[in-house]
Amino acid sequence: MAIILLLFIFTLAAFLGFELIAKVPSQLHTPLMSGSNAISGITIVGAILATMHNPEGTMAMILGLAALVLATINVVGGYLVTDRMLSMFKKKGGK
Amino acid sequence: MEASSLINFFYIVSAILFILGIKMLGSADTARRGNRLSSIGMLIAVIVTLIDKQVFDSWVWIAGGIGAGAVIGFIAAKKVQMTSMPELVALFNGFGGLASLFVGWAEYQKIKDANDGLIGDLLNPSLDHFTASVVFLAVFIGDITFTGSIYAWGKLSGKIGGQAKVFSGQKAFNMMLMLGVLACGVLYAAAPDGEHAYGLFLAFVGLSLLVGIFGVMPIGGGDMPVVISLLNSCSGLAACAAGFVIQNNVLIVAGCLVGASGLILTIIMCKAMNRTLANVLFSGFGASAQKAGGKQEGEMKAISGEDAYYVLEAASSVVFVPGYGMAVAQAQHAVKELGEILEENGAEVRYAIHPVAGRMPGHMNVLLAEADVPYEQLSEMDDVNPIMTTVDVAIVIGANDVVNPAAGEDPSSPIYGMPIINVFEAKTVFALKRGQGAGFSGLVNQLFFRENTRMLYGDAKATVTDLVGQFKD
Repeated sequence: MAIILLLFIFTLAAFLGFELIAKVPSQLHTPLMSGSNAISGITIVGAILATMHNPEGTMAMILGLAALVLATINVVGGYLVTDRMLSMFKKKGGK
Repeated sequence: MEASSLINFFYIVSAILFILGIKMLGSADTARRGNRLSSIGMLIAVIVTLIDKQVFDSWVWIAGGIGAGAVIGFIAAKKVQMTSMPELVALFNGFGGLASLFVGWAEYQKIKDANDGLIGDLLNPSLDHFTASVVFLAVFIGDITFTGSIYAWGKLSGKIGGQAKVFSGQKAFNMMLMLGVLACGVLYAAAPDGEHAYGLFLAFVGLSLLVGIFGVMPIGGGDMPVVISLLNSCSGLAACAAGFVIQNNVLIVAGCLVGASGLILTIIMCKAMNRTLANVLFSGFGASAQKAGGKQEGEMKAISGEDAYYVLEAASSVVFVPGYGMAVAQAQHAVKELGEILEENGAEVRYAIHPVAGRMPGHMNVLLAEADVPYEQLSEMDDVNPIMTTVDVAIVIGANDVVNPAAGEDPSSPIYGMPIINVFEAKTVFALKRGQGAGFSGLVNQLFFRENTRMLYGDAKATVTDLVGQFKD
């Protein structure tokens, strides 16, 4: 049952994603990409769980820790660079 | 139970913030706030995960891991040049993919070690077929995303040649690789507790790495916008698969949103080149030195900076068409300065941006935004083409295929059918180009041989700065 529920969530999220993104104008494609890239760093949640649910020094914990570093780079770097880019998009004369 | 419901409640809040964030990224006015909302969603997800119980005194490791990642991410985000955005996004895609791979692997390793009696007290150490299948998917997609992105990063940053690389039997070889991966995956998922399971697992971990490398190898530099979009989608799907492995709904929702977003961008990029995804991925486009469809009539006519100045001075409507060459030459600031001077001189100035100009979707928009060009002046291809005949001067800066009239006129051209910016309809075209050779894709650009085209040879930045100087004198 849990699996069916997860697949249900997956399906709805896919449709929602398509609906949302089809409307993004092409000038914002790069920030959209780096921003959504940061969102894919959500795997950081899985990495935290893998690191703290496994005894220190086990293979699973080490894998989790490696994932944690990588996912954090993705999250922090992705959001910051997107923000930096978007701060440059200005209207005429506007600050 | 109580705590886990609470955690899931906050995961729902995170998911809502991600959705709102992406929605707000759809308009330039709200995009920045949207990105911040989505980062708050991420922060909430991380914090509620951390207050989960059952911690093996590992908080030092977790703090260290997050700290190290945050410092690296911070430095990368602050230091990167806007011209290098495609490389950075490629790298981040790769990291995301690898992280998801590790998450899937860690979960499998945990169950396996419990099975082997290495660690105790796991309630249900057996691995069901579904979990094994999604472990396979997380590893497979994560792997491809990782090596594919690293290879793409190598191409983009010039560490390895940007051209498509093909060798005889490449398709058959790739097909064998894929079949090998799938075979290992199916056998593994069929008997996840079997004695060969771990061997099979390691086999598809290794083989999938190769799939990523050999998959990106035959794709040329000009097709990079498609590849990056697709890898972006994969990094989301890998997170989504990892979410199924650990049965975590926020990973599934967020990963799926990214997967959908990347896929849409991929489709948009393919449409903008009038090619199918399969054609982009498998054709080895631009690998062979193209026999340049059709014969060239006329010759390229150069123009001096001084003559160009006189033409521009008299122009009342000017369109800039930037391409990857502008990024390479870092000419965006100079271009903006020239644009301003032309406006002061009474000309109407526009920037026409082809969807696949540059090396990633929207690359040119970001560069021009960096140079403070107001985004109202940035026009999309479909808006600018109808008025092209009224344009006095079109200035092509390091763009090539996206303005090649062969796309509309020469059925033998490999890019025939691709929508282009019709600069050849403008009264005069200035093409800024480094030298006389063919462009990145290896195609000869028929635009350069047109009657109304004048070539301005040299470094784009130097050329534009020179023009600016002439206006000032």
